[in-house]
Amino acid sequence: MPTSSDLETFRQQTRAWLEANCPAAMRKPIPTEDDLCWGGRNWTFASEAQRQWLERMAARGWTVPTWPRNYGGGGLSADEATVLAQEMRALGCRPPLASFGIWMLGPALLKFGTEAQKREFLPKIASGAIRWCQGYSEPNAGSDLASLQTRAEDRGDHYIVNGQKIWTSYADKADWIFCLVRSESEAKKHTGISFVLFDMASPGVTTKPILLISGKSPFCETFFDNVRVEKKNLVGTPGGGWEVAKYLLTHEREMISAIGDRALPKPLGQEAAELVGTDEDGRLADPLLRAQIAEFEVDEAAFRLMLERLGELSKARQAHPAYSSVLKYYGAELNKRRHELLISAGGSDALEWESERSSHGAAARAWLRTKGNSIEGGTSEIQLNVIARRILDLPGS
Amino acid sequence: MSFVLTEEQTLLRDSARVFLAEKAPVVELRRLRDTHDATGFSRSLWQSFVEMGFTGMLVPEAHGGLGLGHVEVGVVMQEIGRNLTASPFFASSVVAVSAIVHSASPAQQASLLPPLARGERIATLAVDETSKHRPDQIALRATRTERGWQLSGQKTFVLDGHVADWLIVAARTTGTPGDEQGIALFLVARATPGVEVERVVMVDTHHTARIRFDKVTLDADALLGDTKDGAVAMRAALDAGRVAAAAEMLGLADEVFARTLAQLKERKQFERRIGEFQALQHRAAMLYCDIELARAAVMFASSQLDARSNDAWTAVAVAKARAGSSVNRAVQEGVQMYGGMGMTDELDLGLFMKRARLLQELFGDAAFHADRLALLRQY
Repeated sequence: MPTSSDLETFRQQTRAWLEANCPAAMRKPIPTEDDLCWGGRNWTFASEAQRQWLERMAARGWTVPTWPRNYGGGGLSADEATVLAQEMRALGCRPPLASFGIWMLGPALLKFGTEAQKREFLPKIASGAIRWCQGYSEPNAGSDLASLQTRAEDRGDHYIVNGQKIWTSYADKADWIFCLVRSESEAKKHTGISFVLFDMASPGVTTKPILLISGKSPFCETFFDNVRVEKKNLVGTPGGGWEVAKYLLTHEREMISAIGDRALPKPLGQEAAELVGTDEDGRLADPLLRAQIAEFEVDEAAFRLMLERLGELSKARQAHPAYSSVLKYYGAELNKRRHELLISAGGSDALEWESERSSHGAAARAWLRTKGNSIEGGTSEIQLNVIARRILDLPGS
Repeated sequence: MSFVLTEEQTLLRDSARVFLAEKAPVVELRRLRDTHDATGFSRSLWQSFVEMGFTGMLVPEAHGGLGLGHVEVGVVMQEIGRNLTASPFFASSVVAVSAIVHSASPAQQASLLPPLARGERIATLAVDETSKHRPDQIALRATRTERGWQLSGQKTFVLDGHVADWLIVAARTTGTPGDEQGIALFLVARATPGVEVERVVMVDTHHTARIRFDKVTLDADALLGDTKDGAVAMRAALDAGRVAAAAEMLGLADEVFARTLAQLKERKQFERRIGEFQALQHRAAMLYCDIELARAAVMFASSQLDARSNDAWTAVAVAKARAGSSVNRAVQEGVQMYGGMGMTDELDLGLFMKRARLLQELFGDAAFHADRLALLRQY
């Protein structure tokens, strides 16, 4: 166990290094998801600062601070990683890399991958060399994910994959995919699924972006037509993919729940007061909106504390394995509430779609985007099912 | 660590749990109610609180207490909430002791705190004058006299005010109702001439008092500390009480939820256990989330008070508001999911609902604290 003075030394060294190495342009808040650095074979850096920041952090393994050093990680303890995150927040440093490889695939590979798979894939996730997408949902397998039909036919040393995925985030921009396929046709629903990895440049893979209500297309339909997948890229056992998939989903849920905690530059109430105006006592001029926002901020503050509490419980090994569903459910609903209130505060200005002053409908697009929060990564209803069954131990029907 | 109990705190919780479940379970509250007990709590239970060391938890060791903090108080309050235990612990050992610690001179502390720690005296804070909690609207007037002070005015919702030996009265020395400053705390023996106490039994069987102060003459040393920091001390005492009340609501919510889950797993209708119905499963899961939010908020606020953080005000407002709305949902769902039985006096759910409602109102309801949060955040 490191002593607190070791941690304090680490904090000072970290702060000094961040101050010296984080470019000024990377210490500003991120306006939208599009302004993150996603990396990958085809990535064009938005600026020299973005490139430098990624390279410097990756060289220290700090894009993935807690992963082992020999896989491109920083080898930090949980306490050290907390210190790093705190110091980055204090300086306003952007995350150097946004990545489904870091948030989802990496933890699953660390738990289920072979040594060869870890050595092949993890360092390229850590450095941002390869951008990943997630092939889970299908047109007829949404909340009922295990009913997926994409088929993998066993051809000895490889599989031939045929089928279709949907809601694949950034499939048109990703280099590789982690994908659930049905490999054992006779087996039961949950036991015939395998977890495989393949290159999106493989012959037979096509993607088609889906236009959303926000006017943007972060998701795709993805088609597989006789795609060859090497067996060495099977993670876990043949037919054992559901276990890998579920483990990965808990990480995805934590990732999405973090959006409930996405720190705005100032409290929502202050932002709303600027939009709506204030009375002579400095109170937000619309008393009913003010009351709703105050109630929201109570819940937002409590939610942030719930996230912190889970961190401490995890360290003390007291966390319930299904707790991520609590965070996913509440974080998603909270973010939807936040954007409903922002639209109320913005009034007709917030509903402008094509105008300079609205930055081309930024508020309205962000509001519409949040409607997906309670659908992606398992709907709110699925999270409530998980809480009822696994945490509350209520009987199944 | 703010969210995981230490080994000592876990031991305290376990012993408080066993002690209260054995000595002061819900049937004990029923007995007090049905016998129309005029004290509103059991004196022998209070003696056991002394023996357990509860009465001296917040009293510094120099004054014969244990010198523990608000996290430890919260641990005990949660168990009190589970059992609906009636005692002056909240009014005397938490709120009044906090008021004295934050206001009184060293000499006053040395004379007042030891008997409170030993449970020989009971004290309570008298703040509210209107049916809604508005501590900045205090009108009860304290005027200087040759001998000391004279108090005139009235107080309501004074917890255990009918049996308290000492009333700690928040009075206005300067300014007018609405001013935040100009408040001082006075120690008034209940037996002082001019103090007229009306015992009031509340909906939850706990007792409070409506108190009239008619030209009550006090010596100069009745003023706790000096007139400058009275408002600060009052707020500190209220915040200690708010977090303790939030902890009691959390324990109460946990107990009601546990009983509700048991009902969902046992009760059969349409040849199925009702917990199989998704409509009820989802409501139970949402309620669980609400209780977890309250738990994080309560634990954090307790640790912020112990750390004497500058930001403790925000944490206290969040904890009191969130625990209030969570416990409200817990008791509503409890009664609804128990169906007709939930409406009967035979089941305990109604007792939990009554206590929960009083705790929500005590020292500011969820709306009061959401408003306070908004003011702290300047909007």
